[in-house]
Amino acid sequence: MAVALARRDPAPAASADAVVCEHVTVRFTTERGTVTALENIDLTIPRGSFLTLLGPSGCGKSTLLRVMADLIEPTSGRIAVLGDVPATARQNREIGFVFQDAALLPWRSVMENVTLPLEVGGGKALPGARAPQELLSLVGLTGWETAYPHELSGGMRQRVAIARALVSGPRLLLMDEPFGALDEITRDRLNEELLQVWESTGTTIVFVTHSIYEAAFLGQKVLLLAARPGRVRELVPVPLPTPRRLAMRETPEFVALAGHLRRVLETC
Amino acid sequence: MANHAEPVTMAGGFVEDAEAQARFAARRRYLAWRGRLLPVAAVIVFLLVWWQAVEIFDIKPFIAPSPVAVAAVLYTRFDMLMTNLLPTAIEAVSGFLLGNFAAISLATAFVYRKTMEEALFPIAVMVNTIPVVAKAPILVLLLGNGMEPKIAIAAIICFFPTLVNMTRGLRDVRSEQLELMRVLSATPREVFLRIRVPNALPYLFSALKIAASTAVIGAIVGEWIGSTKGIGALIIQSTYNFDSPLLYATIVVGSTFSALFFGVISLIERRVLRWNVPHNA
Repeated sequence: MAVALARRDPAPAASADAVVCEHVTVRFTTERGTVTALENIDLTIPRGSFLTLLGPSGCGKSTLLRVMADLIEPTSGRIAVLGDVPATARQNREIGFVFQDAALLPWRSVMENVTLPLEVGGGKALPGARAPQELLSLVGLTGWETAYPHELSGGMRQRVAIARALVSGPRLLLMDEPFGALDEITRDRLNEELLQVWESTGTTIVFVTHSIYEAAFLGQKVLLLAARPGRVRELVPVPLPTPRRLAMRETPEFVALAGHLRRVLETC
Repeated sequence: MANHAEPVTMAGGFVEDAEAQARFAARRRYLAWRGRLLPVAAVIVFLLVWWQAVEIFDIKPFIAPSPVAVAAVLYTRFDMLMTNLLPTAIEAVSGFLLGNFAAISLATAFVYRKTMEEALFPIAVMVNTIPVVAKAPILVLLLGNGMEPKIAIAAIICFFPTLVNMTRGLRDVRSEQLELMRVLSATPREVFLRIRVPNALPYLFSALKIAASTAVIGAIVGEWIGSTKGIGALIIQSTYNFDSPLLYATIVVGSTFSALFFGVISLIERRVLRWNVPHNA
């Protein structure tokens, strides 16, 4: 259940954790010099947990997510995803990724977008694959199978992206500000529905956001990152019961938590 | 997520109103017919003005023929015109296929081998700057007097726009789509077929539509030099014989073929790119 920040884990039971970062540092070399995007990140994310990454822009939260997905290689430090190097987890199709703007393929219908992960990967068998039709009904898009992305609203596009990320049966779902461009009402609804998806699939979710309320409402723990260079500021447990309901955002516990997150963010 | 589905009906909040729908349909029918009839009416008016001008000012037939004379030639010498259209059509279509196939292949090579682009693109630009009327005699000297030089000219004229557009279409892929394919451990072949090619199709079709009309021009210009049949040869012969009704009729036949070729490509585009919003809009 808990997400622990393990600076020195005495017995690192690697297979029990979805992600283990040890001193992960990422530097980018540009024309104007070297930028440290992440510095010395130590982090352990247990399997089945829901962690939100919160921080100001430039704190490297998207970079950290991309390191987990094997899209960026750390300059130094070690990272294990599902007990192995990220490349292995990626090649075994254990990682699902949801992008900020859905990244649907406009020439494919809703159903064809969801089944894309089943078609690619050099014909590798996917034992954990899930039925696309079931996933579409899970995200409330039954009846939209033949629609094209340009016919959908922003919220519906993100639902398709979530179904697509889940179709290979990943054990780690990485989400990069997926609801950032949506209006507040749609975002609230999708937040609640995402928690139901999490409960029904048991997938570990790492969710990047710059919204304090979203981070506090979704996560079991909130990892606060500071900017320039990106580093861990604080790991804040969320004292709210599950299942979460939107009304919980009016409880004194939630208000106090949001206030705390805001105060820490102001110093990041 | 099922218990909070977004409204599934697109027409949420609308009440069936047969009268309004009928009015809307009638208005759409009116606009469709207007769009079709206005150009037809304009052409008829233009032909009438032309005809009357030739009659009233007594213009000599070798300067400008009356549309009636052109129509008469189109009717009486239809078989001869079609016999001459056939080689031009074969040359234009063959050149179109050949030139575009070569351009698509080279664009694919460019996307995967930057060195090739750096080495060959300047040559392509240089060849493209040579006017068609200058390329034609060179190719006739190289390839002889048959259909080959005409096909080559049509192919060269199609080549450049397709090369430029296809290279852009294959290359300008959104980075998130490539990241997605990497997360999915897709092979380079899968990235090419599932991302790059469909992404390039709208670019390709805008080039193909240009190529459809320029290929016909290329074939006609090729026939100007040392050819005895084809639309181009007929244009030269009728000009030298001061047979302006035949000249005009030949041009009508050539343009009609060009327009049909363009129409066929547009039709294919509309079927293939049904997902493309800007195209449908």
